[in-house]
This record gives sequence, C-alpha cells and structure tokens, in this order.
Amino acid sequence: MKDILTELESRRTEARLGGGQRRIDAQHAKGKLTARERIELLLDDSSFEESDTFVAHRATDFGMDKERPAGDGVVTGWGTINGRLVYVFSQDFTVMGGSVSETHAAKIVKIQDMAMQNGAPVIGLNDSGGARIQEGVMSLAGYGDVFQRNIDASGVIPQISVIMGPCAGGAVYSPAMTDFIFMVKDSSYMFVTGPDVVKTVTNEVVTAEELGGASAHTKKSGVADAAFENDVEALAEVRRLVDFLPLNNQARVPVRPFFDDPGRIEDSLDTLVPDNPNMPYDMKELIEKLADEGDFFELQADYAGNILTGFIRLEGRTVGVVANQPMVLAGCLDIDSSRKAAKFVRFCDAFDIPLLTLVDVPGFLPGTSQEYGGVIKHGAKLLFAYGEATVPKVTVITRKAYGGAYVVMASKHLAGDFNYAWPTSEIAVMGSKGAVEILYRSEFGDADKIAARTADYEDRFANPFVAAEKGFIDEVIMPHSTRKRVARAFASLRQKRQERPWRKHDTIPL
Amino acid sequence: MFKKILIANRGEIACRVIKTARKMGIATVAVYSDADRNALHVQMADEAVHIGPPPANQSYIVIDKIMEAIEATGAEAVHPGYGFLSENPKFAEALEAAGVAFIGPPKGAIEAMGDKITSKKIAQDAGVSTVPGHMGLIEDADEALRISEDIGFPVMLKASAGGGGKGMRIAWNADEVREGFQASKNEAASSFGDDRMFIEKFVTQPRHIEIQVLCDGQGNGVYLGERECSIQRRNQKVVEEAPSPFLDEETRRAMGEQSLALAHAVGYASAGTVEFIVDGDRNFYFLEMNTRLQVEHPVTELITGVDLVEHMIRVAYGETLSLAQGDVKLNGWAIESRLYAEDPYRGFLPSIGRLTRYRPPEETPDYLPGVVPQAPVVRNDTGVYEGGEISMYYDPMIAKLCTWGPSRAEAIEGMRQALDGFEVEGIGHNLPFLSAVMDHPKFVSGDMTTAFIAEEYPDGFEGVTLDETELRRIAAACAAMHRVAEIRRTRVSGRMDNHERKVGKGWVVTLGGARFEARIEADRDGADVTIDGEILRCESAWTPGDTLARVAVSGEVIVLKVGKITQGFRVRTRGADLRVHVRTPRQAELAALMPEKLPPDTSKMLLCPMPGLIVRVDVAEGDEVQEGQALAVVEAMKMENILRAEKKGRVSKVNAAPGDSLAVDDVILEFE
Repeated sequence: MKDILTELESRRTEARLGGGQRRIDAQHAKGKLTARERIELLLDDSSFEESDTFVAHRATDFGMDKERPAGDGVVTGWGTINGRLVYVFSQDFTVMGGSVSETHAAKIVKIQDMAMQNGAPVIGLNDSGGARIQEGVMSLAGYGDVFQRNIDASGVIPQISVIMGPCAGGAVYSPAMTDFIFMVKDSSYMFVTGPDVVKTVTNEVVTAEELGGASAHTKKSGVADAAFENDVEALAEVRRLVDFLPLNNQARVPVRPFFDDPGRIEDSLDTLVPDNPNMPYDMKELIEKLADEGDFFELQADYAGNILTGFIRLEGRTVGVVANQPMVLAGCLDIDSSRKAAKFVRFCDAFDIPLLTLVDVPGFLPGTSQEYGGVIKHGAKLLFAYGEATVPKVTVITRKAYGGAYVVMASKHLAGDFNYAWPTSEIAVMGSKGAVEILYRSEFGDADKIAARTADYEDRFANPFVAAEKGFIDEVIMPHSTRKRVARAFASLRQKRQERPWRKHDTIPL
Repeated sequence: MFKKILIANRGEIACRVIKTARKMGIATVAVYSDADRNALHVQMADEAVHIGPPPANQSYIVIDKIMEAIEATGAEAVHPGYGFLSENPKFAEALEAAGVAFIGPPKGAIEAMGDKITSKKIAQDAGVSTVPGHMGLIEDADEALRISEDIGFPVMLKASAGGGGKGMRIAWNADEVREGFQASKNEAASSFGDDRMFIEKFVTQPRHIEIQVLCDGQGNGVYLGERECSIQRRNQKVVEEAPSPFLDEETRRAMGEQSLALAHAVGYASAGTVEFIVDGDRNFYFLEMNTRLQVEHPVTELITGVDLVEHMIRVAYGETLSLAQGDVKLNGWAIESRLYAEDPYRGFLPSIGRLTRYRPPEETPDYLPGVVPQAPVVRNDTGVYEGGEISMYYDPMIAKLCTWGPSRAEAIEGMRQALDGFEVEGIGHNLPFLSAVMDHPKFVSGDMTTAFIAEEYPDGFEGVTLDETELRRIAAACAAMHRVAEIRRTRVSGRMDNHERKVGKGWVVTLGGARFEARIEADRDGADVTIDGEILRCESAWTPGDTLARVAVSGEVIVLKVGKITQGFRVRTRGADLRVHVRTPRQAELAALMPEKLPPDTSKMLLCPMPGLIVRVDVAEGDEVQEGQALAVVEAMKMENILRAEKKGRVSKVNAAPGDSLAVDDVILEFE
C-alpha cells in the first residue's frame, strides 16, 4: 500500500514538472511563467483541483509512442477566485510546445462541459504552438470539439481567454468566440497566418509582433480587450474582471461590500460640460465619479476611443457602462465604435448585467470610408443590441444627442427604462447650424437672417425640455446628483423581468 | 464704516478680501472677465459685475471698466488686491476724482515708490540702508563699465521699470557688463517699453527679507515683523515664512524702524512692505517698497494676530490706527507654500486645464485673520474649486497653503502633513516640489539664500527619493491597507460556502527599489505589521477606494495619496511618487521572474505635451532642424501651442498628421 502511495507522489511530481527543468528555465528566460505557475496566480491559494493529470496522448506515428508525457501539454481543473468557482485550462508550452492533440483537446472539452453543467466561467490560458502535426486530423477534430463547446457556452457562462504566448492558425478561433481576450505585451501574439506565410503569399515583410502582437490587437484590430505588462499583472487583472462577472446566465450579478455613499454628491460635475459646445471634455471623469470608489474596469481602452465600454459598480453591484467620449472624434459613432459597443451591450444583456449609457453624440461619422466599410450594417448592430437588451437600462444624456445616433444610444424609444438628461443636453435632429442651412436654404446669403434663425433653432432645440415635454426624457437632472439618481434608478429595476417572444434566434445584422 | 466695497481683482486675493469685508459687515462687489464667469470670487461676493474678455488688459486692468462697475453698484471704496491696478497711480487718481476711497496708500506714495531709482533716493534720504550703487541713469556700456568698476564686482544690472527678473543680469567682470548691459536694455525695452538702466552692487549670500508696515497717514504706524522669502525660483517666491530664522532682535528692530521712517517720509497710509536684501553678515539693504498688500501677507497675520485687510479698510475709511508698536507681539511661526499650476517634472511649465479633483487639507475651524493662534493652524487661501478651470490668462498660483505652529519645526511638520493631504488632480502642480523643500536639510536648518532652488535643484526637480525608514513605514501602511482591500474582495456574493478564500498574513512589499517582508497580525483597531523583526503598529480609518490615507504608524501619522494599481497602490507622499506592490510571498517570487521593461527612451522624440489636435506639422522626414525651430502646432482647449525643437537634429519619422487627436506623451516626431 505504502509503495502505491509513493508511486502516486512520484508520478505527480513528474507530471508537475511538465517538460522538465530545462524547458521551464527556457520559459522563464522568455519572461513567461509556466502553465502551473499561471494557475497559481489566477486562483485563490491552494484552491486548484486538477483533473486529468495523467492523461497521455495515443499517437503512434513519427515515433510519438516513445514520448508520452503526463498531462499532454495542458493543465486543467477548477478552483476559486475570491471564493467563486471557475474552471481553467492552461496550455503548457514546455510540453511539446503546448501543441494541441486529440487528448489535449479532450481535456479542455471535459472542463468546458463541467463548467457548463455547473454554471461557472471558463478561463483559458493560451500558450500553444498550434496543432500537433503528428496527429493530423485528430488534432483538428480536437479543435473542432473545443470550438463547438465555445459556441454552446456562449451566453451561458462567461468565457475568458488570456493569450500568454503564441496562438496561431485555427487556434485563434477558440479565443475569438470567447467573451474576453487579454494579451501579454511582448510575449504573446495571435494571427490566422504567420509572417512566413504572409511573406510567401503577399510578399509583405512583417514581424510576428507587428502582425499579431498585443499592440496590433488592442489598437488596430480590436480583437483583444486589453494587454498587460506581464503574466503576473495579466492574471491579477483577470481576477479583478471575474469579480465583476456573474458566474452564469442564471446567476445574479455579484455584490460586494462597498465603502462609497450611493448618495454622494459631486459638485464638480456641474462644470464638466464646457460652455462652448465644440469643446471636448473627458467622459471618463464622469464614469469615475459615478462609480463606487472610482473603480472602472475599462475594456478596449485603446480601440475606437470615441466610445468607452467597461464595468463599474453601483451599491456594490456590477453595471456595464457605454459612453460616448467627446475627446475622440467628438464622440461620434462609426464602424469601430458601433461594433465595440454592440459586442459589450450583448455581453451585458446575456449575463443580466444592467446597462448605464452616457450620451454625448453628435451623430455618425460621415465619409466614403465609413459608407464603403458598411457603417449602415455596423451601426445597426448597436441599435439592434440596445433594442433587444432586456436588462435594466438607464441613460444619461450630458450634452449632444443628435439624429439617429440619439435613438441608437439606449433612448427611450429602444425600451430604455430611465432616460435622464442634464440641463446642458441638446436633443435634436442635428446641430443648429446644419439644421438652419437646410430649413432656410433660400436665406443662405443673408448672414444676419441666418444668425437669427440659428439662434431661434438653438432656443427651441438646444435643451432637453422639448424631449422632456414629450416624455422621451423621464427627468432633467442636476449633474451633481447623477450618481444618486442613477443608483436609485438601478435599485428600482432590480426585479425587472421582460419576456421576448419565442424565436430560434434573432437575425442581427452581422 | 463703508457699506459696500468693490474688489478690483480676482482669484484667491479677491476671496481673501471678501472674507474680511464680510466679517466687518461690509457688502462686496466682485468684477470678472469672461474666463472667470464661474470663479469662486464671483460666487462669494454679494454682487458681481462683468468687465470684459479674458485678457487682463481688456478687463481687470482697464480703469474705465472698473469705474463703470463702481458706478453701477454704488461701491464706496475699492480694494485692489495685488498686481493688476494695485500700484497704478492713475487708478488711485481716477478713484479720487470720483470720490471713491482707495483701500491702499495715497497716490503720491505709490508714485514715489513705483520707480526703482526714485525710491532708492528717497530711502537713502530717510536713513534707510541701501545697496551701494549708481543712482543715476546710465547712457551706454562704457559708462556702465566705469561705474561697475567703482562699485566693485560683482554688480547687478537692472532695468528701472524691471520686475519678475526681466531686464536683470549679474556681471562678474568687465566683459559680462558689456554684454549684459545691452541685452538687459533690449529686454527692458521690449518688456516694459522703458529701457532705463541702473547698476548696483550684487550682494552675496543674499536672503530676501521684508518688513510689513501699517500706517494711517495721520502719523501713526507700526511694523509687524518680517517675512523671509528666500525660497524663490527665477524671482518668483515659492515658500515664505515669518519670522525669519536668520534675524536677531536687533536687526529686526533696525529694519523695522528704517522701514517706518521710509513710510513716514512718503506719507504712507495703509499696509505696505519694505523689501530688503540681507547678506551673510546680516547687513541689510533696501530693495524696494511694495505699496500694496503682499501675496504672502498671511504669514504675518498668523504670527501677529492682526487682520491686515481689516486695518487697510479702517485706515482707508479714515480711522486712526488702533495698534501701537507695543501691541505688536510675534507669536510662534508661520509658513506659506504657494501652490502653482506648474509641472515640476516638466521644468515648471505652466499647466492649464480642469481641476478634476481639488481637495485642500482641512482648514482649522474658527481661524480667521486677526485671531492669535493657540494651537497649530492650517489656513488655505484659494480662488479655485473642484471642477473649476485653470486658465492661461492669469497667474498660475492656485492656492496659498499656510501653517502655523508654536515653533518653526512644528510649523514645518504641519506643512508637510498639510501638503501630503492636499489633493489636486487634472493639472500639473508643484505640490511634490513643495514637499521636497519642507524636507530639505538646508531649509529645515534655516540656512538658505535666494539661490536655494537654483543651487539645490540645478537640473530641475526629479522627485524625491525617500530613505529606508520612510519606505518601511509606507510599506507597513500599504500592507495593512492591501490586506483590508483583499479581505473585502473575499466578501463578494456567489462564493462557495465553506470554501472561501483565506487572506494570509505574510506579504512582500516592494517600493522605490526596496523590498520588505511583512507579517500582519490584525485586530479590531488596526494591525501589527512586523518587518525585519520590528513591529510597526498601523491604525487608520482608511477604507478601500479612499484616495487619502492617514495612517498612524507606531504613533507617527503619515498621510498618503493613494491610487489603485494592479496588486498594490500608487502612493504619493513627501514629494515622492511610488508604485507600491503588495504581494503574497508566492506572487512576489513569480513577479521577480518577470522581465523589467524599461520605458522607451524619449529623448529623441517630440512628445505631445497635452491632449490635443494636431493643427500642423512643420517638418518632414529627413529635415534638419535647429534648436528652437517650430516643429508642430497642437491645438488644445482652442489654444494653438507651438512645439519647438529642444536641440539641433534631423527628423527621422513623422508619426502624426494634421487632424490627428493625440494624448499626452504620444510621439509626434522622432529624431535620428
């Protein structure tokens, strides 16, 4: 009996060493942690319960039967983050480059299934050279199985991907279908085809970092939600994100003790909107002053900066925030910002996270690049996402709410629960100058007349009261009391239930 | 007494005057430009009159506009504050003609003291010690050289109408006199429209010490001790104190009596200041007389218990001075730190923008100018508020923070804590620099000259490095705070019953290059944090999210400005800006494996100094640029800012194009 126990220990020890000390050292030399070290940082101390420690591959071709390391290049199991259940898989680059075999994939699939059954998030730590070529189609079949689980789990449990090394080829499509992708600066990249293929096919010379590094995906493609300095920081921030998320689509949003008066008055917000309507201001200041303890977990901060998305808490409960940012492109909607916000709105709706929308939008960005790029369909995504969302929706218009963009931004017309406006808001079809040019084209040569007409139009529409008269604005509120008003609005909506007619699914304009 | 007075000024001094007027039951009228529509002084005053566009020369210093405001509101008197019209004899004249009282000295006194050469002559005649020098106007460089040789080097070349360091040069030899004379003359001509020059001896180891006087024009006058203002940067005062740590009773009396003699000689009435330069042997020389209320008057008020503004108003009303010299007692020590909207890390460049956060330290309740302090006092004279705008049109000073204590050491300690507790965000400001001065050994010992900043910070200010004892204290406080924050995180809903996360006792704290292993034993009131065998008892009311932490560490209070970073805090205290990581031993072990990423070398780049829109890029790739050449124009807040080359070089890459919207530190150009 004793011997058997000893053997278990020695087998465990061997398994935990992954690809051996030499490869571990090499991993460290690249500034990367090992699969198990990463799990240690991701989960609460000693909370990790590993499964499939001893799984080995079944391949025999190319001499593969000679080397059958325990675990097969991925560490899987469950544990807790601040006491809440999560499932995790962590690819082990020290074992055959973290390549995906039939059994490697099966291990991932197993925890995906467990997570679905038990209603807990899946967090994937990706660090893999790709398909295990020796296994051929078995490897591809494995990817396919993982993809199918990603799809099945979408909107049921939160799925988070952290790219902590290479992630190339078909492998990218598993993270692509998860809810969040985080990257580590300088040590991770993801692309469908690598620099070598790019060179062969298009003659374009590009490095892996330029093609698919953290900078490319956080700033240019918008594929990644955020990038962090190193593994330690990335995993700590994933823990912070998980604190905001419900465990599954049936669970309530997490609540935690807070130390911030929900009735806090912020007098400085009364001067946030500048006197000059063409002057920008930082919408982030409003978000941070509204949020409990000023804590804002921003997503895609470096992409489509004309809209801000992320999580805050009000009275300790998670709220998703979408806000136009006047500092970038005057806060207008365009292709990228519409897609960015639509994705976020749909995530929040899927997981019953209330939505706060802060509006200062002059309209859609004009131009051929926008029209040729399909801004019609992309803009419609955000419109659609807001309209189909049944979570509590509270909107605050701070300044401009012009044209179609006004309707899109969680207006009353899209079943917004509370639409508040600051006294500085202007709810109109367009800005006064443009409107007068259309309405009084015949008087165009006469500057005095046009000025008078513009002033008339401003008096009539450059305020929230016309909309408030119609009931499109529920209440005009003082900026300094915004936190209090919004917190109370959400408090009143905690039991909100809204049913939608049966359908297989909608046909959102993709 | 007057029923209503108008304050022909803005900012903190307007607010200061309104406070005393209100105490005296006098109604107040503020004036404001377009830029000050929502300013604090406008909110505080009983009435406010709009006087024009933002630039001062179209509003605050236009005499006609002030006169119209007086007429419109029926104000019986005007307090001019400092700057603007305060020392403009024409303004005093206009008021006199309109039968409105000027809360300041008679026109004649302003005129007499307004010119450096005339004032020096009058001072000499009144028996005031003056710097050896040539009183007359100087024609050319040859004459300047001859006079300099008579006086003996080093000499100071000064513009008669000069101020703020413009048109002023020190010459150590004949060549420097020749060069400096013409340069100063040109500067004076362009800055003041007056190129008259004079020369005087340059005093070594100089300290700037000034005497506050108060006269009623009826032959009564007192001097209210001195203020030392040696901590200056380019002749801009930064820290002042009263009394001076350098003067003895005898020198003080001599300076005071000479100052009064001068005041009487010009028929002075109201509050005024006689500035002296004092050398290392306590020889003092008259510099000039300022015929107005000084910026730094609060330190005098704190040590004398005299409300200078109240006396100015009473004297202007015609009352006899109620103070005799025997009533003036100097009590304790007061220090003033001027909070400027200037970024010390960027060569003290003025910084403008929105005050997203402005929380001064708590002022001592019940303290008002005119009260003799019994216990430590914090006084903050300010003209701004959170959410307000620091505009480019006016003085970058946003507050004057004063502390009083029974001794100099206590006043300094009070100032350190008050500065640490002063929260200002949204603009660059000199708080860290002020903190650094408060801990500088030379300042603490009182051994300073007007060259203090230039000598101690020759390459500018690069932040403060704290010693290990201080770092250890901060580490203990942060460990205790982090533990509290982590425990709160474990209280989130949805956790697995009986499998909650246990927050451990062992932590590793890294900050400022130091690493401490801490063990925390917490109880109801605080935590014992053991570092290297030493128990540091930490007690604080801090809760997660608070941006200010007052932590008693083994009985000594430290005040930290706290921001959240991954696995720790950004902590600002005592002029240092630290990233403090608090990790479990295992987290720390793994974090130590992470590569250290050095910030990119930006010395060969042109960075965007503020968030803004690129209006123009004036150079192309491959262009050779000269130092000072305009490279690009960034529009921020409707202002076009020209960015210039700091040194000669060749442009290797242009990263921005007109219309691009850039953030601070975005790279506009790269150089070879």
